[in-house]
Amino acid sequence: MSGGEQLEFRAAIREAIIEEMERDESVVLFGEDVAAEQGGVFAVTPGIQERFGAGRVFDTPISELAITGAAFGAAVTGLRPIIEIMFGDFMGLSMDSLVNQSAKYWYLSREQRSVPLVVRSAVGGGGRFGAIHSQTHATWFQGIAGLKIAFPSSPAEAKGLLKGAIRDDNPVIFLEHKRLYSVKAPAPASDEVVIELGRARTARPGSDITIVSAGKGAADALDAADQLARENGIDAEVIDLRTLRPLDLGTVLDSVARTNRLLAVEEGPTTGGWAAGLLGLIAEHGLHDLDDAWLLTTGELPIPYSPSLEDAFIPGAAAIVSAVRARAGIVHA
Amino acid sequence: MTVDHRPATEAPAAYLGRYGLMLLIRLFETEMQRLFLKGEVHGTTHLCAGQEAVPVGICSALEADDYLAGTYRGHGHALAKGTDPDALLAEMLGRSTGVCGGRAGSMNVIDVEHGLVGCFGIVGGSIAAATGAALTGKRQGRVAVAMFGDGATNQGYFHECLNFAAVLALPAVYVCENNFYGEFTPMLKVTAGGDITARAAAYGIPAQTVDGNDLWAVREAALDAVQRARHGDGPSLLECQTYRHHGHSKADPARYRPPEEVERWLARDPLSVAKTRLQDLGVSEQEIADVETATKARIDHAVQTALAAPYPDPATEAATEFAP
Repeated sequence: MSGGEQLEFRAAIREAIIEEMERDESVVLFGEDVAAEQGGVFAVTPGIQERFGAGRVFDTPISELAITGAAFGAAVTGLRPIIEIMFGDFMGLSMDSLVNQSAKYWYLSREQRSVPLVVRSAVGGGGRFGAIHSQTHATWFQGIAGLKIAFPSSPAEAKGLLKGAIRDDNPVIFLEHKRLYSVKAPAPASDEVVIELGRARTARPGSDITIVSAGKGAADALDAADQLARENGIDAEVIDLRTLRPLDLGTVLDSVARTNRLLAVEEGPTTGGWAAGLLGLIAEHGLHDLDDAWLLTTGELPIPYSPSLEDAFIPGAAAIVSAVRARAGIVHA
Repeated sequence: MTVDHRPATEAPAAYLGRYGLMLLIRLFETEMQRLFLKGEVHGTTHLCAGQEAVPVGICSALEADDYLAGTYRGHGHALAKGTDPDALLAEMLGRSTGVCGGRAGSMNVIDVEHGLVGCFGIVGGSIAAATGAALTGKRQGRVAVAMFGDGATNQGYFHECLNFAAVLALPAVYVCENNFYGEFTPMLKVTAGGDITARAAAYGIPAQTVDGNDLWAVREAALDAVQRARHGDGPSLLECQTYRHHGHSKADPARYRPPEEVERWLARDPLSVAKTRLQDLGVSEQEIADVETATKARIDHAVQTALAAPYPDPATEAATEFAP
């Protein structure tokens, strides 16, 4: 794929996997239905087994603990597994291995060996999948030292971040928002674009307010910023965090130093959320720069099924626009 | 070169060395208990005295670069796999010269150089670690062994991983050290069917119940299982029946075990069993005594060097959250 072309998000993921498997023989891919003809329920990995063979790409039993634990054992002995845990909601079953094995190994072993492992999952609401197929598990893991968490916001970002995750020598939890899979947007300038994990990006420069998010939230924030500029003359800066651990606090602080206002948008509850944690850190380190700071999150409830309830529950671009206008005292008829 | 000496054709001297390794583990545990009471071992520790024939017999069937994943009762697992006793003892004492620099402690030892993938503090964790190592091992011609207790056979790790390994024909050997108690609870009280070996049949995995206090029996069973794995014939389960001489951990006097049961097992101490067998094979008292003396000196050295080693200095401890 060369620069300038349109790239679908799911194809970006597939291209990143293929390119990294071509580049490095130790990269393997396994999970439920990843080798199936359809390439999983979200059709992300079709044809990869045909290309690299059953030794490197294979289907597994529906055994999330075994998949994740085996990936850990493979990673510390020389392979670089990419595993798919189909829905992020299933990560509860993977948790012991990730939290107590993969996350701790580099430190406990006194750097004898790292754990090069990528755990991909589909996350997020808006798909009418209900409470137990719509969660975003980033915050379940954000407090665990030794894990990285990447959450891309566009096809180009997905490709660059996944390549970065596969080359990273640490365990990476990689979140793919379901509502982004069919998004098409310009491809990266070249196949060589690899995004190093841990650096946020300024997705849109602005001077009036900083809107910070990750994943689909960052895409929504960009849409909202365009509308706010067009209709209200509000010039919002959008920070796409890219990774929730490590957290690039510096980029957010630099932005807030210029805009003095911060809105953090998270598709998840306020309590224990990454956005609330970020706001706390900004207050600790940048209180002198803040005129205003607040959160746009979901209610403290499971994600509902019914379209009317789910749409009202999840903060999209329209909710971001409304939140900024309300805070600015702008009343729309 | 693949180890394939049958016990029948092997020189007794090889078993004398293995007896020495079992004794090394026993003396290590004796020192652990003494040092714990002196406050030199911190937190808690789980001793494997009484179970030594299992890791020694299993590891005797492995190549040096094969993989082993052990448990929180793992001092014997590490020593049998080749971890340096000095480095292991220093780790127990939290010293900077420990195999993990004092970061891991008794339950979580990792020694990559000797193929010890790790010892795992969560019951069943070793099963997944070895299953994954077997994925790599399949490419490398190496075998991966999981050590775990009877309690782990009721964890999801056991059932998920045995199925996973069987489906993928992984070169794994699953070794249950059945010491008949999960913490304070008798195995039979919490294990439906009461037969761990029988569980493997459901997964189409060959399994064998082994006298875990008999070094020869463990080694012979291990040779078969390892050979199967290395030849691409998939995983095996070995249920090695044994007994821990101590309680579950340092906080446990093990009053829940009937005295006559304890007596019965102590009479079949794996070290006595091995020593008698060596004598029967014609190994001289002097040869045995020489090994015992050398082993005692080895442990004394480990204790002295560990006690003399410094604790890690928080001011200079350069830990990083992530690999670069």
